[in-house]
Amino acid sequence: MSDAHHDHHPKGITRWLYSTNHKDIGTMYIVISMIAAILGGTMSWYIRLELMEPGIQFIDDFQFYNVLVTAHGFLMVFFVVMPAMIGGFGNWFVPMMIGAPDMAFPRMNNISFWLLAVALVLLLLSALVGAGPGTGWTVYPPLSSATFHDGPSVDFGILALHVAGASSILGAINLITTILNMRAPGMTIHRMPLFVWAILITAILLLLALPVLAGALTMLLTDRNFGTHFFDPGAGGDPVLWQHLFWFFGHPEVYIIIIPAFGIISQIVSTFSNKPVFGYLGMAYAMSAIGVVGFVVWAHHMYTIGFNVNTRAYFTLATMVIAVPTGVKIFSWLATMWGGSIKFEVPMMYAIAFIFLFVVGGVTGVTLANASADLVLHDTYYVVAHFHYVMGLAAILAMMGGYYYWIGKMCGRQYPKKLANLQFWVFVVGINILFFPQHFSGLAGMPRRIPDYPDAYAGWNFISSVGALITIVGTVLFFIVVWRTFASSEKVEANQWGEGATTLEWTVDSPAPFHTFEETPDMTGRQPAE
Amino acid sequence: MASDTAHSHPYHMVEPSKWPAVGSLAALTLAVGAVMFMHDAGPWVLSAGFLLLLVTFFGWWRDVVKESRAAYHTDVVRHGLRVGMVLFIASEVMFFFAFFWAFFDRTVPFLSRTALEAWPPEGVIPLETWHLPFLNTLILLTSGATVTVAHHAVQKGDNAKTALWLLFTVILGALFTCLQAYEYGHAAFSFTDGIYSSTFYLATGFHGAHVIIGTCFLIVCMFRAKAGHFTAEKHVGFEAAAWYWHFVDVVWLFLFTCVYWWGGSGYQG
Repeated sequence: MSDAHHDHHPKGITRWLYSTNHKDIGTMYIVISMIAAILGGTMSWYIRLELMEPGIQFIDDFQFYNVLVTAHGFLMVFFVVMPAMIGGFGNWFVPMMIGAPDMAFPRMNNISFWLLAVALVLLLLSALVGAGPGTGWTVYPPLSSATFHDGPSVDFGILALHVAGASSILGAINLITTILNMRAPGMTIHRMPLFVWAILITAILLLLALPVLAGALTMLLTDRNFGTHFFDPGAGGDPVLWQHLFWFFGHPEVYIIIIPAFGIISQIVSTFSNKPVFGYLGMAYAMSAIGVVGFVVWAHHMYTIGFNVNTRAYFTLATMVIAVPTGVKIFSWLATMWGGSIKFEVPMMYAIAFIFLFVVGGVTGVTLANASADLVLHDTYYVVAHFHYVMGLAAILAMMGGYYYWIGKMCGRQYPKKLANLQFWVFVVGINILFFPQHFSGLAGMPRRIPDYPDAYAGWNFISSVGALITIVGTVLFFIVVWRTFASSEKVEANQWGEGATTLEWTVDSPAPFHTFEETPDMTGRQPAE
Repeated sequence: MASDTAHSHPYHMVEPSKWPAVGSLAALTLAVGAVMFMHDAGPWVLSAGFLLLLVTFFGWWRDVVKESRAAYHTDVVRHGLRVGMVLFIASEVMFFFAFFWAFFDRTVPFLSRTALEAWPPEGVIPLETWHLPFLNTLILLTSGATVTVAHHAVQKGDNAKTALWLLFTVILGALFTCLQAYEYGHAAFSFTDGIYSSTFYLATGFHGAHVIIGTCFLIVCMFRAKAGHFTAEKHVGFEAAAWYWHFVDVVWLFLFTCVYWWGGSGYQG
């Protein structure tokens, strides 16, 4: 038995392709996320270069522009944020934080990863064969129907999402079972670290939301290829049905992206304030409430389809209710910092920036929750600014914060602090210059998903594109930081953050050995590991 | 086997395995093959992918059975496997949720302003609820009872009786599938006719596929019972198959009452 010896591990292809080790699989998830981030990021910068000035700069094939927008969305959601947060940090740190030696189903853990790699190949195929999918990530019929996208591109895209969905469902089953069944004795549900809570809730959302998308995708596939008529009003079908099914999945999906970020931010804020998180149980149940309410607000994405007044009133109210548990989280983070001895290490800087971005995006979210206001703002850059703030970049900041927080534990080396500080400032300034002006161009009526626009929008678009250029520098700096970290000779100790870092991963060596917690720790009587 | 390790925990540290990689290759082949098939390039790549998928299932689950026989499945591991199966079934429920949503979107004005006024739509002759569909309901309910008899037997560690009652269950499951195929062959509406056909065939078709999968699962358990694999304490494979079978049963009850019975009741004949 190989697990008899601490650092004896399989070599070469057996170690990675056939892996049953949560740390190795987590590492592979983080690597695929970085690859997808380069692809998806490059696409968005190309989009911003096109939009730098009115008129057509580079992209005279508008279908190609739509393909860029679509692929950027798919890549960032399914292949960057989810793999890094859930597959990467979730795999690495959920077992360690609960004192378990691995995931519940180590072999299934591996197929979750490799199915994601297959899904990425299928997504790239969809962009490379034929005209590409110019449908947006929402894939609304009739634009996605055979009438308007008759080639194989959309079919490849559908199957890419199917496979990515299967990967995520298996991953969700694995994480939930691990958390429910493998906690160290004494670590009750109410004593789990908040990152574990976050991953548990995220996994439940994945488990319940993704199969609905799978059903909808199946209907779209059979409509396109086998003569069903789910979304074809000519034969009694209903294109709005797609929107319902898509957003019944899609709204929980945006919480799937942000709730793991909540978990990471809670760990970081607590560690560097040298205090337990303020209102631990409130934080845990705020996330739970966000998860539950996330399933009953989906139609706020579809206000323009002509709902009756009662429906719009309900979805406006339900959507605004989300601001309550979200406010609980924001104020609890602030209260955690209040009176704490704060250390402004790079992860903490990222956590503070996260809170700022998330509040900005949350406030515009309350605006957009109003059905009547949304009729004006729907499909404008105001929405683009909103979701990039609240979910896209907030999640990216939490991922980068998580990287700086945990990279010492993962590779045993110290990131270059000065360079990391520079990277933080360049990146955070860049993304704000990039996205803040989009509120203004959006309020002025600049529509989404177009490669050209009237001259009136030129000013804010130019500033936005300058922000994109700064963000490129910040991103390149991040990869230089990654390289400098791995090239560094400066080792870190088991607990590099000091007494603020109380969770179990800081009790094992850095880098964490191949197998950890082969002796189960006794957590009886210990406080919430916060 | 589990005793020569240095650890104190009750969990199963699985050895590296080729099956996840082979399974992912199967998924890639299946997906590429499906697109080729849908764009008139023949079914061969698709078939190869399906075959590779079956090989994966066989090899992977054979390994799981071997590990179970080798006593890696402690009480805690078995609990985890049961939790995993319950979660998997929950995700399956949500898959069917989508198809029921499509059905109700077209039939309930509260859910959609464009719900059809007549259901079945004009010109569609639905199946007779109280003929074959009702017979199939009785068959599936009976199979739920026979699998429960098998469950009681396995809880007493009686593998022979378990295998016998699983055989009855499998026969009833196969009978259901045959009758469903017969019904499809004699329905007055074809697959591509319109929204009635779309909702009917995809909802009942996916249910039928799950019946076939569940039947295979029960057959495997039947052979495992014959080989004496189950004990009164250790029979997670059987439990998973029985739960899956009950899930398939419950989906059918919803299909029968909503799609066949209520959905056919508006027929003016």
